[in-house]
This record gives sequence, C-alpha cells and structure tokens, in this order.
Amino acid sequence: MEIKTKDLLGIENLSRREINIILDTAETMREISERAIRKVPYLRGKTVVNLFFEASTRTLASFSLAEKRLSADSINLSSSSSSVLKGETLLDTVRNLEAMKIDFVVIRHSMAGAPHFIAKRLKASVINAGDGTHEHPTQALLDLLSLKERLGSIEGRKVLIVGDVMHSRVARSNIWALKKMGAEVSLCAPPTLMPYKIENMGVEVFIDIDEAIEEKDVIYVLRIQKERQKGGLLPSLREYIELYCITPERLKRAKKDVVIMHPGPINRGIELDPRVADGEHSIILEQVTNGVAVRMAILYLLSGGKSGEVAEE
Amino acid sequence: MKSQKNKYVIKDGRVIDPVQGLDEVIDLLIEGNKIRTLGTFGDKDGEIIDAKGLVVCPGFIDMHTHLREPGREDQETIESGTMAAARGGFTGVAAMPNTDPVIDNSGMIRFVKETADRNGYVEVYAIGAVTKSQEGEELSEMNDMMNAGCQGFSDDGYPIKNGHIMRKALEYSRIVNKVIIVHEEDPDLCEGGQMNEDFNATKFGLKGMPSIGESIMLARDTAILEFVGGKLHIAHLSVRESLEIVSEAKRKGLAITAEVTPHHISLTSSCLATYDSNLKMKPPLRTKADVKALKKGLKKGIIDAIATDHAPHALFEKEMEFGSAPFGIIGLETAIGVACTELVKTHILTLNELIEKFSVNPARILGMGERSLKQGNDAYITIFDPDKEWTVNVADFASKSSNSPYDGWKLTGYPVMTIVKGKIVYREGEFYR
Repeated sequence: MEIKTKDLLGIENLSRREINIILDTAETMREISERAIRKVPYLRGKTVVNLFFEASTRTLASFSLAEKRLSADSINLSSSSSSVLKGETLLDTVRNLEAMKIDFVVIRHSMAGAPHFIAKRLKASVINAGDGTHEHPTQALLDLLSLKERLGSIEGRKVLIVGDVMHSRVARSNIWALKKMGAEVSLCAPPTLMPYKIENMGVEVFIDIDEAIEEKDVIYVLRIQKERQKGGLLPSLREYIELYCITPERLKRAKKDVVIMHPGPINRGIELDPRVADGEHSIILEQVTNGVAVRMAILYLLSGGKSGEVAEE
Repeated sequence: MKSQKNKYVIKDGRVIDPVQGLDEVIDLLIEGNKIRTLGTFGDKDGEIIDAKGLVVCPGFIDMHTHLREPGREDQETIESGTMAAARGGFTGVAAMPNTDPVIDNSGMIRFVKETADRNGYVEVYAIGAVTKSQEGEELSEMNDMMNAGCQGFSDDGYPIKNGHIMRKALEYSRIVNKVIIVHEEDPDLCEGGQMNEDFNATKFGLKGMPSIGESIMLARDTAILEFVGGKLHIAHLSVRESLEIVSEAKRKGLAITAEVTPHHISLTSSCLATYDSNLKMKPPLRTKADVKALKKGLKKGIIDAIATDHAPHALFEKEMEFGSAPFGIIGLETAIGVACTELVKTHILTLNELIEKFSVNPARILGMGERSLKQGNDAYITIFDPDKEWTVNVADFASKSSNSPYDGWKLTGYPVMTIVKGKIVYREGEFYR
C-alpha cells in the first residue's frame, strides 16, 4: 500500500485509508528507533531541506532525526539565517533551493497556505510542518499513533480538546484526524478563543470545563500563549488558570483511565497542572517518541515507499 | 479604420435606452460628437457599422477604478487602464485617489485630467480624497478640487475611522454638492483580517473580517447622513446586513446610493481553499447567502450600480503566500461578462436593468446628468453581445496587470465596441485614440 500524492499539506484532504497506511508504516518505523543501530537506507541519496520560518525545537529535531535515521541528506534553514532578511520572497527562496536539486521541503511558516503555495510551484515533495493557524498534519498523525498505542482503537472514543482553539493549527488537524478515525470530538475554551462556526466541523463546543470533561477518554490540552491578554482575548492568565487549567481535581470527572495529551511546549501551571503533565495519565513523551516514527513514515511513503515493505531487523 | 469618418450608422442593433424606455432594433446615426438621430439609414447616410445581434446602449461608466498613476505605473497607467476600460466596454471610469502621492488637491486633479486628455482612451472622472493624504484627519480642499474638475470624493482603500471627520466631510461636501464615496470597514473589527469571517476562515486558518465590520460603519455613516445631509455612496457593498441598512435609509428618503462589484456576486469565500491570492481583496469574498442577497438587492434597486473596483497589482506582489499578498483584483475587462453571466443569463436582471446599473445610475450618482441616446446628446455608446460565450485569457488583457481570478473562465456576454463622444475608441480587438 502506498500514498499517491506528492505532498503532505494537511489532514483535511487525507482519507481514512491513507491515514491508516501512514500509521501502519509508522509502527514499523518506531521499531527502528529502538535498534542498536538506528539507521535504515530508505532515503539514501535523497535531499531534504527543513525550512523553518518560525521557531521550533521539537518539530525541527523530530524531522531532522527522522531524516537521519532514513539516511537522507538534510539541511536546516531558519528565517534568521535565510535570505528572507534580505527581502527575498518565499518563492525565490524555494526556487533557489530546488535549483540545487532537492527531493523534499519540510516547511513551517507563520502564514496559512504557505506550504500549498510552494507545493504548487515545486517538483519536490512538500511536507507541512505547521502553517499559521491552519494545519499541522504530522502532529495530528503522531497524536493518532500515540492514542492507538495507548487505547488500541480510536473509533468511538470521546476526545476533548481544551484551550486556545482559535490560534491552534494542532486543534484543526486533530479535529479532522480524530473525526476521520471515528472519535467523538468536543472542544472547550473561553468563547474569545473559539473560532467562528467551529461547530460546523462536527464537534461539540463547551464553555464550562467541568461539564466538558465528564466521561472523556482523552483530554488534549493546548498551549496558551502568554501574550493572549492583549487584544481582549483573555483578562489575565490568572483567570484562565482558575477557569481552565487541567488539575488532578478536575480530572476526577473524566473516565478513570483518561489519557492526557499536549503538543508541547507546555506552560506548566497555566494550561496544565505539573502533577497531571507528569502523572500516570500523561502520554506527552510518547507523543514525542512517536513524532520521529510518523515523520519517518511520511518521508518514506512520499518518496514512493510502500507500507508492509519495511525490512525487519 | 485609421481615420474615422465624421458620420456613421450603427445599423440593425438592439438599441436599449432605459431613460427613453427604448428597446428596439433601430439604427443610430452618429455625426461628429453627437447622436444625430434614430431611425432607418443606409450607406448613403454614413459608413455602416453592422450591429446585428448586438446590444447598443448608453456608454458604461465604471464608478470605481484604480488607475495607479501616479506612483505605481508598473501596475497600471492612465493609458493602460483606460485601454482596459475601452476593451471592457466602458466609455468612462472614475479614478480613485489612493495613488502615490494621493490625489488630494487641485494640482493632482489637473494632473489626472491632463494625463487622461493626452493618453486616455476613455474619459476619466477624477475622484479626490476626502481627507488630506487619506489620513482621515483634515478635510481636503473640496471646492478647489471641484473647480479643477473633480467628480466626487473618496478615501477609498481606507475607511474614515473618525466619526466626527465623517460628519464634517458630509457637511462640507454640501458646498460643492458632490457625492462622498465610502469604503466601509471598521479597522478594529477587521484588523489583520485576510478573508471573510465564516466557517471557511476557520477551516483555512485565515484571520477573518466579520460582516459586521462593514455594516457597523455603514450604519454609523447612514446615521450621520440623516443628521447632517450630503450625498453618500457606498462602495463595494458586500454583505446582507448592509443591504438592510441601505434599504431602510432609502425608505427614509436619504441621499444614499450603493454599488456592488462583479466579484462579490460571482465568487464566495469557499473559493479560497486554493489560497490563490487573486481571490484576496477588500471587502473579502463573502458567503453564498450574501451573494444571493446582493443579487436580490440589485433586482430590488437597493443597489444602484455595478462597479469593478479594478485594482491592479504586480505579479511579483501577488505571487506570495496568501497573508503577504496585497488586497485587490482587476475587473474592467471581465465586468460585462461576469455581470451578464451571473445576472442576465440567470434572468435576475433584464438587459434594461443591467444597463441602468452600468450606465444611467453611475452617471446620475456622479452628478453627470442624464445618460441617454437621445437625439443631440454626446454619443457615449457601448455595444456588446449579451449571448456570446468566450474564455477569459489574462494574456489578452489591455491592463498592465493580470491579477484576475477569472482566467480560464467561460463567460457569456462580450464587449464589442466602445464609442466616446462619437469616436470609436475600441472595436473588436483594435484601439483608436
């Protein structure tokens, strides 16, 4: 089984079948990272450019390691080191990179649609590593893999996403992904941080966290940026903590074996109580581990690899 | 046709003249600048121009054009913009003042008028800025600009944020008895917005501009109009809520008029799934329900005019990630096609009503008197084929810019000939000055 598209731009246009191919492949890839020699030759001779126009630690490291473990040659470019500072357009930047013969561009950009814009104009495969408040497809896929690992199946599970949904590409990609896999998705946030008509995505929307949390299998906590009190979105972080921070006390209303997830980086004590972040329900570090496997799987599949053909050690 | 005959006959066309209530196949004899008479003529009377199967009507006026000269002559000039207008069937365009420098004084008005006299293919009606440098702080010299030939006032491109300045502008405009054309956008509600605020904006992750960002400013300005008088024209009206406000203001008898663009009646925010920056403009593309309401508003006469908001931008500026691209699309050369396709072919407007929106009403709003093919009038004539199907190719445009979302579209309704004061300035692919 293979993936037929050139690029991975978002979850919205992936089918459940394609998602399953990626997850199955990622499960095999996960095993490679456990080996004594964590390297396979599938992308040998391929060149990947990680083009990051926004700060990133986790995602950039995860892609870099995935590329190295597949034996690809990769370079990292960030906006501070690129010619964007000299006024070069995004299109010129990627056209110049392509002139050096490359196979993949992994792009993170503050503007929604930037990966789509370059994908249309490049022969190289483009992987969206986060575009503005639009999508972050590899994050949603690693989240699915982590949930599958912990719960067995995602079908019918009740998932609550809490926090700054409005500014979250992670939330959008996860809503698409979870819905496609048959989960029931709810959202909870102050109405000032809830995007317009989000309920049209087929999700239930809550204001009250204690009501929202009831009977949930999974609570996915989003990061709250500290500057959100500007522009009237929040009166204060203090009040946000009081109303929405996921604490051990609040968690009691959820299912007993509830799973806690977070895309990182965590603001400890703001959206997530440290006792919950580090507690038995949390799979936050498994998410990070699975990130490498999912990104290996995507690179492998987009370069023409087939699921079920990754060699056992 | 290098040298034009002084006398010619437009033969066998379907002549539609809303002012005279005329709609019949009849010949038009043009002599010099004037419409000599209507009737039946032969080649003894003048050179024959065969208009069989075509509509012959009073010249179209685009109330809302950005010609970019001075300042951005790489995007458009008065020459290229008026060629685009001629090719699109317009005998005149109202040039918005958001150039660089801004057209906010009589010297700048003269520059536009003189450049148009020298280089223009169709007439250019200069619009002066309401406030100096369009900064919304001090009124510009409306009387001096009017004496230099200014046809109306607008800070288009920007809203007039300060309600007091808006009030004073309407009050002062009564000295010159000219219309103030407003771009309604609450700058705080719309700050950072890239598209209409709707479910698509949520899906595409683009910051929204809410419909109320337009209607709130419109409600304010309508209230000011009622309070102090003056004449108010609403540029590019785009949402349902605005229609209700204009309708109510008209019911009260206020001097208010409104225009809609061809793109706001043919495209919706769902088109933005491609992140094509040629779909990025202000006001943004709205919802299906808005499109439906706007068409109804045209039919009911709440909306008086169709205007293009022709806004040329260089390819390198538009070839950007969506958030970095400038707002605006060109429209002069697709306006008749889009309007006929969306409004006439669908039986929403009759041809007579369409001609009112493109010709009679814009002339009235801009204070240019009656637009008609009456005997003795200056011959401003648009000839178009309402049934001809054609495919848009931006490479054929006379405009210097190509930022049109209609490239490759099949449209019904095609401009054939444009006549300005008796002179054929455009005829089937050829331009004459």
